[in-house]
Amino acid sequence: MNAITITNLSKKYDGLTAVDNLNLTIGQGELFSLLGVNGAGKTTTIKMLSCLIKPTGGNAVLLGDSVKEHPQAVKGKINISPQETAVAANLSVTENLELIAGIYGQDSKRATKSADEMVSQFGLDRVQKKKAKQLSGGMQRRLSIAMALISNPQILFLDEPTLGLDVLARRELWASIEALKGKVTIILTTHYLEEVEALSDRVGIMANGKLTAVGTVAELTKQTGTSKLEDAFVILSGGAA
Amino acid sequence: MRIFLFAKRNAKEVLRDPINLFFGLGFPLILLVLLSIINASIPPEAHNTMFSIENLAPGLAMFGTAFMALFAGLLLSKDRTSSFLMRLFASPMTSLDFILGYTLPMLVMAFAQATITLLASCIVGLELNANLLLAIVVTTLTSLLFVGFGLLFGSLLNEKAVSGICGALLTNVAAWLSGVFIPIDLIGGAFKKAAEILPFYHSVQTIRAVLGGNFDEMLPHLIIVLGYTVVIFILAIIVFHHKMSGDNA
Repeated sequence: MNAITITNLSKKYDGLTAVDNLNLTIGQGELFSLLGVNGAGKTTTIKMLSCLIKPTGGNAVLLGDSVKEHPQAVKGKINISPQETAVAANLSVTENLELIAGIYGQDSKRATKSADEMVSQFGLDRVQKKKAKQLSGGMQRRLSIAMALISNPQILFLDEPTLGLDVLARRELWASIEALKGKVTIILTTHYLEEVEALSDRVGIMANGKLTAVGTVAELTKQTGTSKLEDAFVILSGGAA
Repeated sequence: MRIFLFAKRNAKEVLRDPINLFFGLGFPLILLVLLSIINASIPPEAHNTMFSIENLAPGLAMFGTAFMALFAGLLLSKDRTSSFLMRLFASPMTSLDFILGYTLPMLVMAFAQATITLLASCIVGLELNANLLLAIVVTTLTSLLFVGFGLLFGSLLNEKAVSGICGALLTNVAAWLSGVFIPIDLIGGAFKKAAEILPFYHSVQTIRAVLGGNFDEMLPHLIIVLGYTVVIFILAIIVFHHKMSGDNA
């Protein structure tokens, strides 16, 4: 069964088309990477799918509910880890996690239990009483993703989750994301192509608001007659090969 | 449930910042001590009652709540620019959860601040009676004006601009045009007219009338303050809702 069915999804701002007639289906438990240069329309697409902005055309159905007609129902099934770390700076790690669990309807006992589980799953034990603003960039990213997962979402949006992280922190985060594969449908946007190769089931490439190609890494390299995803990406994004 | 969770988070964010604590609770008390010392050094034959505690206490109670605009505005602006609000906009939280979640902790802080300021005023001569309790409630009510300003500017501007407008500009305008620090009647003219048109002077007069037990005198001033509050809040809700549902979130 499809987790996400996107039909002619479009977003226009005062004459500028940010997303142009997007058609795509993503299966349940799939990790789908959305690639594109800056301004290609990735973040706008994620914002429409997570009900943060309204489409100007087309529709997207997430696990049976339309983002246009039933955004509240969609919001109960999804969660997002935005580009910025998006944590409450003066709250501790545990307080941040319990807050989000509570907002998604967990009672205080369950929220505490869920927070403990996330702390353990994301290796945040040593810093759980520290304020979020005192954490390193890598730890803040981990917390951000843990906050997105504490509500047990069926669909998770990760918008450039490893931006600004060092190699070790990035690899640790990859392991955390990899552990979710098959259990949660994940839509990932990133500029790091090695991340895409390491994690994705399928890849979609966007350029000028349009989806120019969809397939596995092997399919995309084959389609472009290249040996590396980076070369395939350059061609499919409209750049010089 | 969501409202209280979010309100609790907002209260923690504000109160865990020592600068906020200083401005919220300490600054009005420092002014109370300084202006009381000045008042004590004014000779009785000068017949200058400007800094007498009956005038000073309601003025400082109102001035203290002006910082609620800064607290609410900075918090909302930080939440927007750090994408924390984006995370919450993608959750099942509603507009009402957000508006009340930001407003309630500010009201509790305004209540605490008014209580401390007015009780401290009793130490330097303000009469302690039942009207004082009512004055605390009325000060909390009039603080909604500043919370509304904070929500409006926090929805629109970045942290730096909110600091400038809600911190420097609004607190100064509220102070100068409230009649607490400058004798408005003595200056008269356009200055007095501006003070009478804007709500800050009327906030002080409302609190002052309640402290003095002059409830008939209170009502016209309170209506003006509440009128401004309703307009500012409606504007804040429209702008916030636009951001939440919208294209500029």
